Amino acid sequence: MSTEVKDSEARAKAAQHLEAERPSLEFGGAWDYAPAPEARDHVRLEKAYRLFIDGRFVAAKSRRTFPTINPATEEILARVDEAGAADVDAAVRAAEEAGRKRWSRLAPAERGKYIYRIARLLQEKSREFAVLETLNGGKPIKESRDVDVPLAVAHFFYHAGWADKLAYAFPRHRVAPVGVCGQIIPWNFPLLMAAWKIAPALACGNTVVLKPAETTPLTALHLARVVQEADLPPGVVNIVTGAGETGAHLVNHPRVRKIAFTGSTEVGKIIQRALAGTDKRLTLELGGKAANIIFEDAPLDQAVEGIVNGIYFNQGHVCCAGSRLLVQESVAEAVLAKLANRVATLRLGDPLDKNTDVGAINSKMQLTKIRELVAAGIDEGAQIHQSSCAIPEKGFWFPPTFFTGVAQSHRIAREEIFGPVLAVMTFRTPEEAVEKANNIPYGLSAGVWTDKGSKIFKITAKMRAGVVWANTFNKFDPASPFGGYKESGFGREGGVHGLRGYVELE
Amino acid sequence: MRTGIGKRETGIEALQVNKTYKLYVGGEFVRTESGRYDQISSPKKRLLANVSRGSRKDLREAVRKARAAQPGWASKSAYLKGQILYRMAEMLEGRAESFTKLLVEARAVTAVAAAREVRAAIDRLVHYAGWSDKYAALLGTVNPVASSYFDFSVPEPTGVVGIVAPEAPDLLGLVSHLAPVIVTGNSVVALISETCPLASLELAEVLATSDLPAGVVNLISGRKEELVPHLARHMDVNAIADADGDPALSKAIAADSAVNVKRVRRYAIADYFPDDAQGLDFIEAFTEIKTTWHPIGV
Repeated sequence: MSTEVKDSEARAKAAQHLEAERPSLEFGGAWDYAPAPEARDHVRLEKAYRLFIDGRFVAAKSRRTFPTINPATEEILARVDEAGAADVDAAVRAAEEAGRKRWSRLAPAERGKYIYRIARLLQEKSREFAVLETLNGGKPIKESRDVDVPLAVAHFFYHAGWADKLAYAFPRHRVAPVGVCGQIIPWNFPLLMAAWKIAPALACGNTVVLKPAETTPLTALHLARVVQEADLPPGVVNIVTGAGETGAHLVNHPRVRKIAFTGSTEVGKIIQRALAGTDKRLTLELGGKAANIIFEDAPLDQAVEGIVNGIYFNQGHVCCAGSRLLVQESVAEAVLAKLANRVATLRLGDPLDKNTDVGAINSKMQLTKIRELVAAGIDEGAQIHQSSCAIPEKGFWFPPTFFTGVAQSHRIAREEIFGPVLAVMTFRTPEEAVEKANNIPYGLSAGVWTDKGSKIFKITAKMRAGVVWANTFNKFDPASPFGGYKESGFGREGGVHGLRGYVELE
Repeated sequence: MRTGIGKRETGIEALQVNKTYKLYVGGEFVRTESGRYDQISSPKKRLLANVSRGSRKDLREAVRKARAAQPGWASKSAYLKGQILYRMAEMLEGRAESFTKLLVEARAVTAVAAAREVRAAIDRLVHYAGWSDKYAALLGTVNPVASSYFDFSVPEPTGVVGIVAPEAPDLLGLVSHLAPVIVTGNSVVALISETCPLASLELAEVLATSDLPAGVVNLISGRKEELVPHLARHMDVNAIADADGDPALSKAIAADSAVNVKRVRRYAIADYFPDDAQGLDFIEAFTEIKTTWHPIGV
């Protein structure tokens, strides 16, 4: 059975289900929002984007280009150069030379000042970056405006200050840069991930070759302009666009000293294996399947907001998304009723609209994957609940969805869907919640909701996950280390711990 | 030593009772399920013992025991863990003479060199005993986030750690990698020195009498070439301390470890005696940083 058929069946079943369930609140057409689109005229898009190597935008030697689109409309925004082996080589050599001759020799405080400059320039251009991020990635403008761009700025600002203080972070060691860092980032937070990677690398005296995701290269390329404007020495930051093949050239380049990868566990394992026997350093920030645990003594209305923020934020394209809801049996009915009502109010549509809650799915490929897993959920016997919101005709969309009656063994409870799909399970005792939460190869994040302080410390301590949110979810800060346990990767980004991956200690 | 009639201190001639060297798994001294053995001889080619040649099944059983023991061990207070490591030092001290003899016999080192190694192993245990309630204060942080949250990061044990011990120095090498791994609450499956396993297997007797909970440390003797891939590919081992030093073996460990994103720390330590073969870095390598966000409000 094709995924298309499965998907239409899923929609039909969901519609039936909602019909039968009769939500306690009627929204229907009573609430009709006027459109409130953010203007996009402030962003000047190029027709074609080149690679950023050695401080200049240069045409790819590969002579290949690929289109990049707006996933909400399927409109082609621009064509982007695809970096081949020779292009990656040129970028790595430029980075190496810039590191050796300029960047690592610069007084650390001066290095810091360059990074502060980037932060300031990015702040000045916040509107441009927010609109561009939404255009190219499909995320709601309120998220790119209020989360992605300000956090990216904060990452540069935070790490700028570390540049001349590394000796305090690593007492008893002489701190040296690693060298050329190859950095490969995903499409879910394109600018923010670029900032997470570039800022600490530069602060520690390294130079970088960054490969943005294939579907979302534009904000990274506009960041290259900021790097130019900040007058960074040429070659300190290089940006090579392309798909997996470009990434492989970077990973396997002999002069790259460190690889930092954020993406799927599957690709992370390939990279880890590829680096075996080399002395390249590696940090991995991989997939997740976070448990969001709601105890009966939790503030339920706040918890429901946390559930929604946990899984529907950024269309669920979040590695640390709260994709498994574990709710205590005694309050399950109440929580799910509130959740169904809340999901019905979520506004899906034009990502540039300031009232939009749920934007477009990032790519057709990702939409296919979400549909496949949702179909598997139905096949395996879970009950689907789906918002009956209208779906735009063009673009890639998936309505906010949750499944009840999910078993631990179901694919939707074990595999990362990376979409707005929540698997709901119940538990009776705290021990059972802990057991179920940890019974998965991933370990990136977790959420715990209860009003009892001592219980928070007990349960958060038992979570085998790198980031645990108590009575909140999906909060990020450059001062706060982020990263996974188990198959969610190793190494941290942010905070003092995040520096460790970018220094050589002697 | 292995056979014959020895003169005991009483002057009475009597047949010496030889020790059977077994694996140490789940707090028990067990023969390999495979029934196989390797003969261990002194450098002077004198037979010292028939040692269990551990199998894949033995290794899996050891991982199972290590996994079962880990949460309980991690939940013990830092103070108690410190006391147990200190007791390991006490137990080793009490048997220092027999360990020295064993090293002299097995490696043909001088008595002075052997005694020095035993002494260093004891001191290393004491060093790490003292770390139990201090490393978290040095590796943990309170993070000044911009929003209204109390945000803090603490080190936690990685889980089940495989140790591929160096061939030499067999006793000090094993102790140097074991102690920093268990002091944080990890459990261990160690593949001990293949050529000189006797002192490491004898160390099991120290562990067994130190109040270390059963299963926290498991020691497997046998052939590394056969066993290492099974350790590196095991889905329930979280990390590996690769201290063997052989580049080909290291490459294989690194590649196989990708199967479940194991953390691999490779050690190439030329000299285990100086102070730089110990310390916080050895501890940090097998910890995970957990960050917790807690709202501030009324």
